[in-house]
Amino acid sequence: MANKILYQLVKRPGDSTMVLLTFIATLIIMAILTVILTTIGIFGAPHVSLDFLIKAPEEGMTEGGIYPAIIGTTLLVITMSIMGLPVGLITAVFLHEYAGEKSKLANIVRFAVNNLAGVPAIVYGIFGLSFFVFFLGTQIDSLFYGGNLKWGKPALIWASCTMALLTLPVVIVSVEEALRTVTRDEREAAYALGATHWEVVHRVVIPKALGGILTGGILAVSRGAGEVAPVLFTGAAYFLPELPRSFSDQFMEMGYHIFVMSTQSHDIDATKPIQFATTLVLLLLTFSLNFVAVLMRRRIRITRR
Amino acid sequence: MSLFDEDLRKLKSKILEMGGLVETAIRDSVRALVDRNDNLAYEVIKKDHIINRIDVEIDEDAIKLIARMQPKGIDLRFITTAMKITSDLERMGDICVNIAERSLEINREPILKPYIDIPRMRELAQGMTRDALDAFMNKDQKLATDVIMRDDEVDDLKYGIVEELLSIMMLDPTKVSRGMKITFVAQSLERIADHATNIAEFAIYLVVGKIIRHTTYTSDKV
Amino acid sequence: MAENNNKNSITNIKIEVKELNFYYGQVNALKNINLSFIAKHVTAIIGPSGCGKSTFLRTLNRMHELYPDQRIEGKAILDGKDIFEMDAMELRSKIGMVFQRPNPFSKSIFENVAFGPRIRGERNSNKLSEIVESSLIKAGLWDEVKEKLKASAYELSGGQQQRLCIARALAVNPEVLLFDEPTSALDPIATAKIEELIVELKKIVTIIIVTHNMQQAARISDNTVFMMLGEIIESGSTDKIFTAPNEKLTEDYITGRFG
Repeated sequence: MANKILYQLVKRPGDSTMVLLTFIATLIIMAILTVILTTIGIFGAPHVSLDFLIKAPEEGMTEGGIYPAIIGTTLLVITMSIMGLPVGLITAVFLHEYAGEKSKLANIVRFAVNNLAGVPAIVYGIFGLSFFVFFLGTQIDSLFYGGNLKWGKPALIWASCTMALLTLPVVIVSVEEALRTVTRDEREAAYALGATHWEVVHRVVIPKALGGILTGGILAVSRGAGEVAPVLFTGAAYFLPELPRSFSDQFMEMGYHIFVMSTQSHDIDATKPIQFATTLVLLLLTFSLNFVAVLMRRRIRITRR
Repeated sequence: MSLFDEDLRKLKSKILEMGGLVETAIRDSVRALVDRNDNLAYEVIKKDHIINRIDVEIDEDAIKLIARMQPKGIDLRFITTAMKITSDLERMGDICVNIAERSLEINREPILKPYIDIPRMRELAQGMTRDALDAFMNKDQKLATDVIMRDDEVDDLKYGIVEELLSIMMLDPTKVSRGMKITFVAQSLERIADHATNIAEFAIYLVVGKIIRHTTYTSDKV
Repeated sequence: MAENNNKNSITNIKIEVKELNFYYGQVNALKNINLSFIAKHVTAIIGPSGCGKSTFLRTLNRMHELYPDQRIEGKAILDGKDIFEMDAMELRSKIGMVFQRPNPFSKSIFENVAFGPRIRGERNSNKLSEIVESSLIKAGLWDEVKEKLKASAYELSGGQQQRLCIARALAVNPEVLLFDEPTSALDPIATAKIEELIVELKKIVTIIIVTHNMQQAARISDNTVFMMLGEIIESGSTDKIFTAPNEKLTEDYITGRFG
């Protein structure tokens, strides 16, 4: 093996230097990754137990579990998907099927979508706070609840809306790309059988787009489980041992939990073990989500061909 | 040389010419993406009508040949099958136009990452096209079978690219648009390889008189 | 060679085309087409590339209406009604089309064939299964797919996919089937199967087939129409066109003297 490398170095110095450098770079990255993962594993694993996963936090975050945070994150992701995916699908279908090339509305929407993709998550959080919580929430309260404070505060629904907005551009782009794969031939076949434009759209085009929705959904969910900034002001709370009972309640969230524990809890050292443990759980959750996604794609692959 | 042989020779050279144009289109459309060369993309799009024109010419020449010369046996089989493979070639040309169009869109944004697997796919697809045509012209069953085997390699490359792009898109939403379009390019190259496989299957048909299906047939959809 | 039966019996005209003109933008691509299509006969339309045969075929089920810069003038009478005045869905229930490249939907084999009946409101699953089975039998595909109706249409070979498209078109019980160069992308064996199928199908539907393959026209059609540059040069029984055509142009084309 060493002989081979030396041989390459002598025979083709330019090429093999690059190979060597990239090899070293890869080693460094692997090393850093290993250190991070091992640290989290070593300090977090001892603390992760069944209790940890199914109990609520106690003793000011130094004891107990993170069950409410796990549930909170899950509810957030599910609600976000239910709100975001259909809107993304409809928008993409509108842009692709009904809006012409010259439609001003379509061009504005496309422009917005392209640029919103790059807006930092914290900006979404602030927008969510001012629009959903302060404006929409208080409007609903004054119209339907006689001014009582029910919706005009951070809540699961507003956090989900903000997240949905965050992931909307990604869903729209994925679905639109999938819609583009429907060929003219397929459409003509549907028309020749007597279908109306709407029937062609919902019976032929949209089913083709489901692949794009899946991709968009995967991309959205992975962001939803990971981003903290959007829920910072719109719904996440630090210590809520009880689960949210309605969409107007606040909720615990894993990423947010780690953030607060490590920066603002009253005894940062004492909560350290829980910080590591929560991080480990969050990582495992993310890994398994990705794994499930890979399996799903593999299954679709087999049925497709 | 008899009149028939002369006409047959002309037909064969037109088919090879069409094959050459398609190979160029494959090479150039991907190069337009990798080198970020918009002019090359426009050229591919412009030249596609030449490929379509030759397809029509080949079909008409073949029909005239059959009508005038009443060929039999292997000659007839060659000519009728030639009309089929030009159909695949024409489709490949169309797919290259799709790739060129996407390149123009992708290159309006900054480069996502260095292209490594896409050029590899392109090389494979181009080689398969050339070899499949050679196998057809020379009735080379071994070469044709070799081409069919290479299709799996192309499929594997595509899946690798799709997975890689997904990881990239997950981390950064601004990369989703480019990622999805590059995915389409990878899928297009795979379809080109499928058409090359069809041509190889026709080559085998020419030799053994039976249709061999290696993998499940794919139409021009994803 | 297709039977040329009942030359002297009363021939029933299924579609009568009168003074049809087709415009692509400003260009008059089809000029003063007058044609009659005989019921339960196979009529082939032949001619050099670009002569307008596909364009003409597509006017008959009004596919040109999908594209804003295409329009027609003239009439085509089907069973006493003008095709161009009819309700589009009603028309497409009577006149179906099979395209040049197989274009099954990205759905299962069953759902492809069931598409037509479904959009016409059929929900009863037994009835749908019946229709799917009988259509696939008529298309000569049933035996090959009866065990895998839920499989994706893309798992079929090109020839099978085309027969699936034929079954799909048959599922709405059309009276006329339009074939637009249906075998040009298929291997020779699949081509032969489809040609056999067309000869069988003419017992139940009127067939109009566009083909650039003269042998195919001679093999399977009862009547032939020869077109050039958007005009009808000659039309008549296939026998006559291929052995003793009236027009020199026709003769030149048939004998390959073109160019």
